[in-house]
Formats: sequence, C-alpha cells, structure tokens
Amino acid sequence: MRPILMKGHERPLTFLRYNREGDLLFSCAKDHTPTVWFADNGERLGTYRGHNGAVWCCDVSRDSTRLITGSADQTVKLWDVQTGAQLYSFNFDSPARAVEFSVGDKLAVITTDPFMGNPSTIQVKQIAKDSSQQTSESVLTIKGPQGRINRAVWGPLNKTIISGGEDAVLRIWDSETGKLLKEADQESGHQKTITSLSKSADGSHFLTGSLDKTAKLWDARTLTLLKTYASERPVNAVAISPLLDHVVIGGGQEASHVTTTDRRAGKFEAKFFHKILQEEIGGVKGHFGPINSLAFNPDGRSFSSGGEDGYVRLHHFDPDYFNIKM
Amino acid sequence: MAEVVSMEDIEAQAKIFGIDLSSVDLDSITVPPGEDFGIKSDDEEVLQEEDPPEYEAGFGNIIVVDNLPVVPPEKFEKLEGVVRKIYSQIGVIKEGGLWMPVNPETKKTLGYCFIEYSTPQEAELAREKTHGYKLDKSHIFAVNMFDDFEKYMKVPDEWTPAEITPYTPGENLQQWLTDEKARDQFAIRAGTFTEVFWNDARQLMPELVYHRQYWTDSFVQWSPLGTYLATVHRQGAAVWGGATTFNRLMRFAHPQVKLIDFSPGEKYLITYSSHEPSNPRDTHRVVLNIFDVRTGKVMRDFKGNADEFLTGGSGGVSGISWPIFRWGGGRDDKYFARIGKNMISVYETETFTLIDKKSLKVENVMDFSWSPADPILALFVPELGGGNQPARVSLVQIPGKEELRQKNLFSVSDCKMYWQSNGEYLAVKVDRYTKTKKSTYTGFELFRIKERDIPIEVLELDNKNDKIVAFAWEPKGHRFAVIHGDGPRPDVSFYSMKTANNTGRVSKLTTLKAKQANALYWSPAGRFIVLAGLKGFNGQLEFYNVDELETMATGEHFMATDIEWDPTGRYLATSVTSVHEMENGFYIWSFNGKLLYRIPKDHFFQFLWRPRPPSLLSAEKEEEISRNLRKYSKKYEAEDQDVSLQLSEQDRKKRKMLQEEWEGWVSKWKQLHEEERDLRVQLRDGEASDEEEEYEAKEVEVEEVLDVTEEVVAFDLDQE
Repeated sequence: MRPILMKGHERPLTFLRYNREGDLLFSCAKDHTPTVWFADNGERLGTYRGHNGAVWCCDVSRDSTRLITGSADQTVKLWDVQTGAQLYSFNFDSPARAVEFSVGDKLAVITTDPFMGNPSTIQVKQIAKDSSQQTSESVLTIKGPQGRINRAVWGPLNKTIISGGEDAVLRIWDSETGKLLKEADQESGHQKTITSLSKSADGSHFLTGSLDKTAKLWDARTLTLLKTYASERPVNAVAISPLLDHVVIGGGQEASHVTTTDRRAGKFEAKFFHKILQEEIGGVKGHFGPINSLAFNPDGRSFSSGGEDGYVRLHHFDPDYFNIKM
Repeated sequence: MAEVVSMEDIEAQAKIFGIDLSSVDLDSITVPPGEDFGIKSDDEEVLQEEDPPEYEAGFGNIIVVDNLPVVPPEKFEKLEGVVRKIYSQIGVIKEGGLWMPVNPETKKTLGYCFIEYSTPQEAELAREKTHGYKLDKSHIFAVNMFDDFEKYMKVPDEWTPAEITPYTPGENLQQWLTDEKARDQFAIRAGTFTEVFWNDARQLMPELVYHRQYWTDSFVQWSPLGTYLATVHRQGAAVWGGATTFNRLMRFAHPQVKLIDFSPGEKYLITYSSHEPSNPRDTHRVVLNIFDVRTGKVMRDFKGNADEFLTGGSGGVSGISWPIFRWGGGRDDKYFARIGKNMISVYETETFTLIDKKSLKVENVMDFSWSPADPILALFVPELGGGNQPARVSLVQIPGKEELRQKNLFSVSDCKMYWQSNGEYLAVKVDRYTKTKKSTYTGFELFRIKERDIPIEVLELDNKNDKIVAFAWEPKGHRFAVIHGDGPRPDVSFYSMKTANNTGRVSKLTTLKAKQANALYWSPAGRFIVLAGLKGFNGQLEFYNVDELETMATGEHFMATDIEWDPTGRYLATSVTSVHEMENGFYIWSFNGKLLYRIPKDHFFQFLWRPRPPSLLSAEKEEEISRNLRKYSKKYEAEDQDVSLQLSEQDRKKRKMLQEEWEGWVSKWKQLHEEERDLRVQLRDGEASDEEEEYEAKEVEVEEVLDVTEEVVAFDLDQE
C-alpha cells in the first residue's frame, strides 16, 4: 500500500472530509486555507481563501455544492465548492471549533470555544437555499459544558445533537429545545478530553477518541457504550470503515513531548482495530508527527490521514486488506 | 478498644434522666475538650497513623543545660554571652530562645538554662556534642532534651513485672511460595498506586494480589528472601507481608528516612537519613539506624556528619554511596562493614560492636567488597608515592583479619571487583596506564577462591585496547560474559573458568561480533543470558543460550530502561520507567525470548520481582531432578495443554458472543433506520434516501472564460 503524499498545507492538518460520492477530499489546516483534492489521485483542485486563522473543521453538503468551514478567526464561512467563492460569513465573538450540516443541509451545528470570558457554546444556524437570503441568527444556542467542545454532530433525523470536548463527557441535546437529554456514564466514559468524534455511515453509532488513550464506540440514540479500543497514545482522530467491521484510530504524543530523533518514539501510527472483537489488526505508519485527522472514503476502499507534519497521506487499500480474517 | 455503647443503653439512660431523645439534636452536643466520658474514639487509630503535627511551639527543639555556674546579676550577661557563643556554633538559636531563669529572691541564676533551636535535629546534635562539656573544673555540662524530662519523670519508682503476652501463632509469611501453579509475584509502582501481581504466564496476564494507593512515600523494596515488602514514609520505614494479603508486620521509626537496606538474611534493616544543616557551611548530618526486622528494636545507631560516611579515599563530592554498610558472610548476617579513611570498620551482629574493638587499618583503601558466600573481604588500595608502592588487591578473612592472598599491580588507574555468586571466583577488572600514561587499557585478574592457595590468573582480551562496557558472572556457574569494544557495536565474549579438557585455566568460548548491547543479564539459573541494548540502543534484546552458543531470539522493547529476571529464571521483565515520559509500562518475556504480554502504565516507577529464598533441595537432589526432567515435566505439560485448550475454547466463545451481541445491535439499527426512512426523505425535500439511490460518475468538461482583453495593435504601414 503506497500512500499518496499530498503536500499543500504549510501547517498541521486539523480535519479531513470526503464528499458523499467520495471523489473529493476537503482538508483543513492551521494555515487558513481549506483545500480540495481529487480523492482518487491526490491532485489538488483548489483552495478556499478568506479565513484569517487556523481552520478547525469543515463539512460539505450532500450535493457537493456547499462547503462550511469553522475557523479560529471567529468566523464560520459558507463556500461555493466549485468556484471557491465565499457565499456567507457568520461572525462570532470566539473561535469556531466544529461545524456540521444536518440531514437535508438546511441546518448547521457550530461550536465556539470559551474565549475572553465567553463560555463555549453550541449553536444551530439555518442555512438558506439561496445564499443571498442567508441570515446570521442562531436558531438555538446551548451553553453548559466546561471548556472547549471539540465536536458536535447531528443525531438521527436531526432530532438531537451529540457533543464532546474538554470536560470528557459526551452529551446528547435536544436540537429543538436545547435541553440536555443524556450524559455518558462517568465511570465507563472517557477520562480525558474528547478530541474527535466520527459517525458510522448510517449514523446509528459513532466513535470517539480521547487523550485518555482510548477510543470508544457508542450507540447514537441511547448513548450506550458498545466498545472500547485501547491504544498506547493519546487519540486525536478516529474513523469507522463504511465497508468492513474495522475502525481506525490515530494520534500520538503531543508535539511538545516528542523527541525528534526517532519517528518510532511517538508511534504516529494509524491503528486498525476490529470493530466487534476490539482486537488490533494492524497499523499504518508514515507520519512524522501525531495524526490529527482520519477519514474513510465512503466506498471504504481508501482512507486518508492528516498529520501534525502538514501532510495528507492518501492510502488505497491493497487487495489483501479485504481478505483479513479474524 | 472502643467500648461499644448500644443505642438501647442510651435510650434507657435517657429515660432515667427523663430526657426525650427525639428532641435532642445529637450533632449539636460538643464534648468538652480532653473529656471522652470513658468512650474511646474510633478515630484514634487513624490519628496515630499520621505523624504528630509539627507545631512551631513544639518542645522537641529545646534543650536544658544543667551545671552552669550560679552567678549574681552583674555576671549574668557575661555568662549568657558564653553560653550563647557555645551553642550558636552548633545551630541557629531562635530569637529569644535562650532563657536562663533567676531566683527571684537572690537574683542569682539557678545554674541551668533553656535553649530553643530552630529544628529538633539541631537540638539533638547540641545535646550530643555538649553533654559533658567542661566549662571549667567544677562545671561539667549536663545536657538533656526538654522532652526527655517528662519521659523520665513518668518512670515509676517501683518495678512492676513485665506483662507476658500469650503466644499467638503468626501468619505464614512464606505462603506465596506454596502457590499451586508455582507462579512468581512482582510488585509495581505506577502513579500513586503500588500493586502486587501474580505473573500468570499461562493466561498471558498478571493476576492482582493486592493493591493500595499511597502505600509508600518514595519507593518500595522486597527483602532479599522475599518475605517482606518494605515501604518508606516520612516517619520511618515499614515492612508488610502475610499469608493472603499484605498486613503491616512492623514499623521502624526514623524521621525523614531516605534509604533502606536489608541484610542478606533479612534479619536486619538499615535505615538512613540525612538532614539539611541550618548553617549552609556545615555538612549534612547523617543518621543511620540498624533495626532487628522481627522485633523492631534498634540494635545500633550511627550519627555524624556526612563526610564521616563518605566511602573510600575518593569519596566523591556528591555524598555517600549506598549502602554505607555492606553485609558479608552469606545469609548468616554475621558481619557488616563500612569503609572509612584509611580503615575498614567491620562489625559483628552479636554485640553490634567492632570486631576486636578496632577497625582494620588499611592505608589509603579505596574500595572493598564481601564475598557473597563467605566472610572474606576483598580490598583495593591504589598506587602510593607516585608509583613507588604498587597498587594491590588483597583478600582478608574475617573475623581473623588475616590476609589470605595479595596481588600487587603496577601502573593502575582503577580497579573493580566482581564476585561470582557462590563466592568461588573473584574477577578484578584492572585499568592500567599505557607507557605514555595518556590512555588506559584493561585486563582481568581472576582469583579461584576455593582452590588451594587461591591461584590467580591474568586474562587479557584479544584486543587489549578494547574498552570494557560490561562484565557479568554466570550465577552459580563457571562462566562469565564481557561486552568490549569502542565502537557503536561492541563485541560480546564468553569465557569459562573450566572446560572439560582444561580445568585449571580460563578459556574463551566464543565472541559475538558487533552486537547492539551495553548490558548483560544472566538468568538466575545460569545458562541463558540476555544481551540488552539500553539507552542509546533503544531497548534491543538478544536472548542467548550459552550452553549451545546460539541466539534463541531477538526482541525489542523500545526505550526500555530496566530489565529483571524473575527469581527462577523462567521469565524476564523489561520496563520503561518514568525517566521517559512516554512508553511507560512493562513487558513480560519467556526465558527464550517470546513476548508473553505487555502492560502499559503511565507514570511507571518500579518493577520488582519478589525474590525467593534459596531452594531447600540439596545439590544432588537437584541434579537428579534435572536428569529425570522428562518424568516430572509430563504432568506440567498436560496441565499447560489443558489451560491452552481452555483458553482457546474461552476465546472462541467470547468471539461468538461478541459477534452475536453486535448483530443484535445492527438489526435494531437497521429496523430503526427503515422506520425513519420517510422522515429522512422528508428532511431532504423528497430526495430518495442515501443507500438506495444510485449515482454514476460522468466526466464534465467545464470551460470558464477567465478574462477577455481587447487591444488595438498599431500597425505601421510605412515600415519596411
């Protein structure tokens, strides 16, 4: 499995997202410019210029026409995927961390960091079909969790919002009223900051990664803990294979803790686990720095990883991979 | 123990007094301080566990100086000046901490005074140093700790016979050795927890025996025979052990204890502390206590300045080298010794005094070591007088102090002594200067202790300029291994003190070229050795069979810092301790280099196998067993098979269960997903839902006009 190295970012990668067809890959990095690539050969298609800070997260609409990005410059921007034109900019009074379109792309959930005395928030914005009609009002604002909310995603049928962040507690909120519906069990839940959250293809379950060196699989409706995958490193990124019963988790020591002499020292591997048996299947090495983001192609035949080293590595699986017997 | 007062009694009592208990808020009642109404508090035990809080106003730092001259008021100031001068040399006297009471009638002093120091250690030192100080002929100071007065006052005048407590059988402290599966235990310390596990290699995981948070303040240590686990606290040391759980067996009070050391037969425990002097010019003050482990009694204490306890001529500025007292003479715990300036002090444990009441005088002695089996001391004395008097290594028999053997060595820069574990051989690594004195080269002097007249043999490596990286004797064997070489990949050589056709001479067995190793770990049972590359080599391991002279396996434990064989030589533990921030945890390997299991642990400090006492079988019996090993092993092999069958069966079952459980989830999700389909389609404005809809890839060429510029180009007809 020879990876394709995609060098387009000058700073660490923060997020990767495939479109629904799996032909485009969107990448976000700390270098202000989200980039779109051909997911097949890694060719760079274009960039989205306009942010003035690290871009933390993005999402693409189902029809691949709109891109939404959240940035540390305290804005969330809507882009035309094809032309790269900025359609709208939501302004906040603190950095935006996570963004996601709802089913139907009519709503977007956005989280903002605690900043200058403002607490962290989860906000829901209406997304207009015609961007000239776009307004900036929030339909819903949720406050409560302490610290950053690193991820917020829509639950089944947009009825709930699932969030996780620095306080290590997963929560399910009612997306209409903003009421807290469920909290993950403190005992069995994560012990440290939840860094990432990735839904299964059908949205029925999701995987979370945490600095407590584990990734956990949850039922999206009941918030029941299904599985735990133990790693030796803090987990920064997780993804669920849409094709096989595999999950991949990545991470590594924080950059400041890493000795620069030996790339083995940080164990910057993307590790594959069997989703059901929770056993380690194998690892993909290569990044010279922690892995910050992972994404499976929707066809499950390739995946990409984005690292602190500024590279996106695009891996097409060998035929052997599909014959792994456990 | 606490008298138990039942609620019924209280109610009955209340009735007598006519009190309606329900109208009394029990929590609002405060008992007068110091009064317990005969009911002992349950908290008492807890309070005793913690040490008495150190109040500024404690009396531990006050001494009473008696036998001072009685002086009239005119001379009061002068006397006070004299006393202050004497006592401020020892430590810092608190402001207003010198009080000399006067007789209110005669205005004369009473002949004693109180001095308050800033620390109890200083007070203790002052008492020690000035008790018996002669101010003049008729005034010899009698100095006591203020606290001691109270203690001595309490001593009853009449003798009462000591109470004899009836004998209660103790726990079987060796219980762990009777494990049916013959497993070994180990202790680990990670974070704030100290845990003891069985190494269950068959199940490929450890089994918890006992764990406890904040068990120790700094470290834990097994006693040499494994009976006790020692913990170290601010107040002193404690030993733990027992049949099933770890109970505290004994406490050894020694405030601020830093280091501990057991005697080889674990009869005695030496504790050490050093105290920061209040005057920075002074050296640290050192206190050593020798306890009897079973009774907890202090057998002897040593106090003094740190420089008195520096070892050997070189000493070193960094302080003492531990252990200060080295135990000799095998497991009898008969003798212990320490090195001082130009002498070695050997004590015996019958009386805890010097043998023959005097130390062994050895001019300029640098280093010494005990034979692990016999009361024999090996000493090293460096060259003196610029090479006129050669350096020497000598063997001294204790308690006779007679020299058994001596060897003079020339142009020596340093010597190091390595005893074989049975005390049969002594290897002395000698670093000699070359003729130019600019560099050194190394050779070995090999002593055969058990042979007549102790023959000495000189061994030089094939390339005598090679640096020696490590040296190790095979435990209970005749062989030794040396890592030598200068480059990044040194060589490893094996030698034997006797071979079949050459019993009297050392001969080389083999040399392994270019190994990534810098440390040697022989199996405690001999025969196998692990060549380890720690630190710079990132944890390379090579498992080598010295009988067959072949490598059994190689492995790696990345960043490994510590390696320890289990006491039987069946398993090896490699660990990464918290000197590294990452990778913390330990691996367990089989003796032949198979990785059995890995346990990651953050903030990992210690991994310690529980030692075993020596086998009770005689050498002949052991040999017989190893001859008929097949007969014995059958039973265990069958057991192993059972376990592995059981494990794979369990594994299969578990997998099946997990799979079924998962399928349950999936079918539930599928159903919900179906049910929600219409709603989802609705959310997508009628667009059919995800998976059922097909799409095809089309190539679309899009031309975009970026810019159009029209320009009038001047055309000059007249050109040409």
